Amino acid sequence: MARITAGVGSSHVPLLGVAHDQKKDRDAYFAPIFAGFDWTREWEKAAKPDVVILVYNDHASAFDMKVIPTFAIGCGERYNPADEGWGPRQVPDVIGHPDLAWHVAQSLILDEFDMTIINEMDVDHGLTVPLSMMFGDVSEWPVKVVPLAVNVVTYPPPSGNRCWALGEAIARAVASFPEDLNVQIWGTGGMSHQLQGPRAGLINREWDTMFMDGLVGDSDHLRRIPHIEYLRETGSEGIEMVMWLIMRGALGPGTRLLHRHYHVPCSNTAIGHIILEPKP
Amino acid sequence: MSAPKDIHAYLAEFEDIPGTRVFTAARARQGYHLNQFAMSLMKPENRERWKADEAAYLAGWPLSEDQKQEVLARDYNRLLDLGGNIYFLSKIFSTDGLSFVQAVSTMTGASVEEYQAMMNAGGRSPEGVRSKGEGR
Repeated sequence: MARITAGVGSSHVPLLGVAHDQKKDRDAYFAPIFAGFDWTREWEKAAKPDVVILVYNDHASAFDMKVIPTFAIGCGERYNPADEGWGPRQVPDVIGHPDLAWHVAQSLILDEFDMTIINEMDVDHGLTVPLSMMFGDVSEWPVKVVPLAVNVVTYPPPSGNRCWALGEAIARAVASFPEDLNVQIWGTGGMSHQLQGPRAGLINREWDTMFMDGLVGDSDHLRRIPHIEYLRETGSEGIEMVMWLIMRGALGPGTRLLHRHYHVPCSNTAIGHIILEPKP
Repeated sequence: MSAPKDIHAYLAEFEDIPGTRVFTAARARQGYHLNQFAMSLMKPENRERWKADEAAYLAGWPLSEDQKQEVLARDYNRLLDLGGNIYFLSKIFSTDGLSFVQAVSTMTGASVEEYQAMMNAGGRSPEGVRSKGEGR
């Protein structure tokens, strides 16, 4: 039986990919960020997941305005790093797990989550930056990846509650996959940031801290935060944090904290990550 | 639960946030061709044509005159008003060789240096910029 053994919430700031690829990760500006991931990289080496269900959003790379899927699951064999306008990142191709992905897609649809299914797409920094942060400089990614893309660009994005419920349904789907697989689920994006308008540069350490606190333990109050609160408190792009709730929902009623880290700034963004286990 | 029931009330609240244009369906419709034009700069051959003659390149897209003018002027606040979305507009400033910090700072009235200093000092506080109506 497949099982979800851990959840990761993490920012996916593109500048981290640049710092990593240009080996600037221990420069004065980036060192406090990457140092926070030292623990995480060691933990991932020991945890040895077989598959990561990686929740992220595309940033006008694979999807343009022609088609805007709310929840889309990648069922393909492999995905290439996207050319985001300055050439693709020189990181390994992302290898999918079509057996698990199709099983999850079918199960979710029967469970009344009407997923869009993707067989071919390129994956941008939203997906490849978290892989670099968790696994470092590798010749191939040590996991298979099931990409799960969420629309958080064109309003309305899915509600926090819907994201949480999708996570719960993903956990049910994974649990009914017959093969013995160690599966992690990652929710990426955030934390507080605003990339547009006169209010750009907004950071809310207090709110981000509250959000990370709320992911730990038995409470499910985060699922009830409305979009307007993310917008007011965490900036227009802080809405990406609803994707962390898919991860949290998939971990079940309670969680245990393994590690967390928070730093301001990275580019325009507050960067945070958290590692959680389902409470037995 | 967290989902508002009334779409009109849901959308109206967005207009209360200072210095922010939420990318609503109305903006997505208004900016459709603007954003798709920006998206076209993902392709190296299009970037070459664009750099060679911006006005000629724009002539091939059904943008409004306002949109064309503000693209040429790189007025990103105006482009947000005209339906642009920052992830699409980023294709324009990336082609110009600007980073997100450099381009984003132009929308705030601060110089790049001032903006970077603000970010290094912890970013812009939400205090006073949460709500126009409530002034908090």
